[in-house]
Amino acid sequence: MDNRPVGLRPGIAGTALRYAALAVAALLFLLPFYLIVRNGLSTEADITSPEWSLFPSSLHWENIGELFTDPSVPMAHALWNSLVIAVLQTGGQLLLGSLCGYGLARIPYQHANKIFYLVVATLMVPAAVTFVPSFVLVSSLGWVSSLRGLVIPGLFVGFTAFMFRQYFLSFPRELEEAARIDGLGYWGTYWRIVVPNSGGFFAAVAVIQFIGSWNSFLWPLVIGQDEDSWTVQVAMSTFLTAQNVNIHELFVAAAVGILPLVLVFVILQRFLVRGVAETGIKG
Amino acid sequence: MTRRAGAFWLFVGPFLIGLLIFNYIPIGWSAYLSFFDAQGTVTPDTFVGLRNYADMLTGPFAQSLLTFSVFALFIVPLTFALALGLAVAVNRIRFARAFFRSVFFLPTACSYVVAAMVWKLSLFSGVRFGLANTVLDWFGQDPVAWLSNPDPPWYWVVLVTARLWLQVGFYMILFIAGLQRIPDSLYEAAYVDGAKPGWQVFRHITFPQLRPTSIAVLLLSLIAAYQAFDEFYNLLGTARGYPDFGRPPLVYLYYLALGQTQDYGHGSAGALLLALLIALVTLLQGRLLGLGRREA
Repeated sequence: MDNRPVGLRPGIAGTALRYAALAVAALLFLLPFYLIVRNGLSTEADITSPEWSLFPSSLHWENIGELFTDPSVPMAHALWNSLVIAVLQTGGQLLLGSLCGYGLARIPYQHANKIFYLVVATLMVPAAVTFVPSFVLVSSLGWVSSLRGLVIPGLFVGFTAFMFRQYFLSFPRELEEAARIDGLGYWGTYWRIVVPNSGGFFAAVAVIQFIGSWNSFLWPLVIGQDEDSWTVQVAMSTFLTAQNVNIHELFVAAAVGILPLVLVFVILQRFLVRGVAETGIKG
Repeated sequence: MTRRAGAFWLFVGPFLIGLLIFNYIPIGWSAYLSFFDAQGTVTPDTFVGLRNYADMLTGPFAQSLLTFSVFALFIVPLTFALALGLAVAVNRIRFARAFFRSVFFLPTACSYVVAAMVWKLSLFSGVRFGLANTVLDWFGQDPVAWLSNPDPPWYWVVLVTARLWLQVGFYMILFIAGLQRIPDSLYEAAYVDGAKPGWQVFRHITFPQLRPTSIAVLLLSLIAAYQAFDEFYNLLGTARGYPDFGRPPLVYLYYLALGQTQDYGHGSAGALLLALLIALVTLLQGRLLGLGRREA
C-alpha cells in the first residue's frame, strides 16, 4: 500500500499517465498470447495472408482435433512425453533436493560443511555450459533418445538442494524438538512433521520446476534424436524450420502447451511471486 | 559409522551420488577431452595440449563471443530499464495492481520456442505478411526482411524484443520485492526535507536503496545473455542450415560438438572457456559493483 506522505504521492495527472502507460504495455505483453490463439483457430491462408488482420476470417475449432490425429505431425505424442518428463523431473527433484537439503540443514555430521561446498560449487557452473560433457556421458551410457537420458541427468540440481537447505534452516526448531521427544527419528521428523508443514514452499518450488522442465529446450534437443522421444518444444522447433507444415497446427500445439501453465500461473500467482522474490530463481 | 552419520548419508547420499555422476564426472571428462583431438570419439588418444584452446580463441568461437557482446549491449540495459520502470509503475498504483503484475509476469510461463514461433511467423515474418511490416506500411515505409538479411542487421530487433518479452516480468518481480523492502520512514524524511515527488525522490531515495537488487538484476541478465540459445536457434535456424551471423557461443558449440563434425575436443575446450568467462565476469562485476559489501 502507498503509505507515503500525501505530498510525495503522484497527483491525478501523474496517476492517469501511469495507468495509460501501464495499459499500453499490458496490451503489448498480451498481444503474443492472443496471436497464438488467433493463429491456432485460423486457416493456413489467414495466417500467411499478405493482408494482416487482427481477427481471423472464421474460427476453426476443428484444428484442435486435427492436432491430435494428424500422423505427419506427432504433436500428441510429444505432449505426452513432455508431461511424463516434467512430472517425473519435478517429483524427483523435490524428493532428492528436499532430502539433501534437510540432511545438510539439520543432521549434525562432521563433514557436512565440505559436502555443502561440493553442492554449492556446482552453482558456479551454468547448466547450459555443461551440455557438451553431459551429452558425452549420457551417450556413452547408451541413453540417447530414451526417457532415462531425458529425465535422470536433470534430477540432480545443486540449486534445488541449496534452496531446500536454506528453507529448512529457517524451519521452526521447536516443532522438530517436540517430535524428537515423542521418539521420532530423523526420518520420522522429516516425513511426518517437516514435509506436511512445508506445503507452501514445496508447491512454489514444484510450480517453478515444472514450468522450467516443460519449457526446457537445449537438453531435450540434444538427447531426443529420434521422433519418438521428442518433447513438445523440440517437435515445435523441428516443424518451425521445416517446410510444408500446417502452421495452424503448430499454434494449436503451442496453445495446448501453454494453457495449463498459464492457468497454474494465474491461480498460484501470489505464491509464485513470493517464491521468486525470496529465492531469486528463474523458471 | 555412528547412527547420526548413517542418517546423514541416507538423506544426502542419493543426491550427492547423482551430483557426482551427472555434474562432476562430465565436467572432469570434458576437461580431459579438451586436451585431445577428439572427433567423434570420447576415448581419444591423440594428445594436443592447449591447441584446442588456442584454436577456439582465434577462430569462429571468438567471433561468437563478439556476437554475444552485441546482444548483451542491447539486452542488459533494456531489461534493466524496462523491468525497473514497470516495477515502479506497478508498485505504487492502488487499483488493479495484481492484474498488471500478472500480465507482465505471464510471459515467464511461455517457452522460448513458442515465443520464437510467434515472433517469426506472426510479428516479424517475411516480406509479405506480419504485423511489423504492416505497421511499417501504414507509415509508408518499405517492408523489411527481418531475419534473412544481415545487412542492415534488423534481426537484432527480433532477437532482443523476444527475450525482453520473456524475461522482463521476472526481473520486475525482483525489483518489486526490492521496492517493498524500502522503509516508508525514508520517504517521510524526504518529504520533511522538502524533496519533490517524482524524479527527485526516485533519484535520491528509491534508486540508491535498490542497489542490491540492481546488482542482482545486472548479473543475472548478463549471465542469462551468455547462455542464449533457444531463441537464436529457433529464429535464425532454417531447414537449410544456420547463418554465420548472429551465432552466440552456445549455438556455435552446439553445431561444433553435436553437428556433422562431432568435435568433442574443441567443443569441450569452448564450453570450459565459456564457463570460465562467466565465472570471471561474475566475480569482476561483483567486485566492481560492490557485491557482498555490507549495506549501511
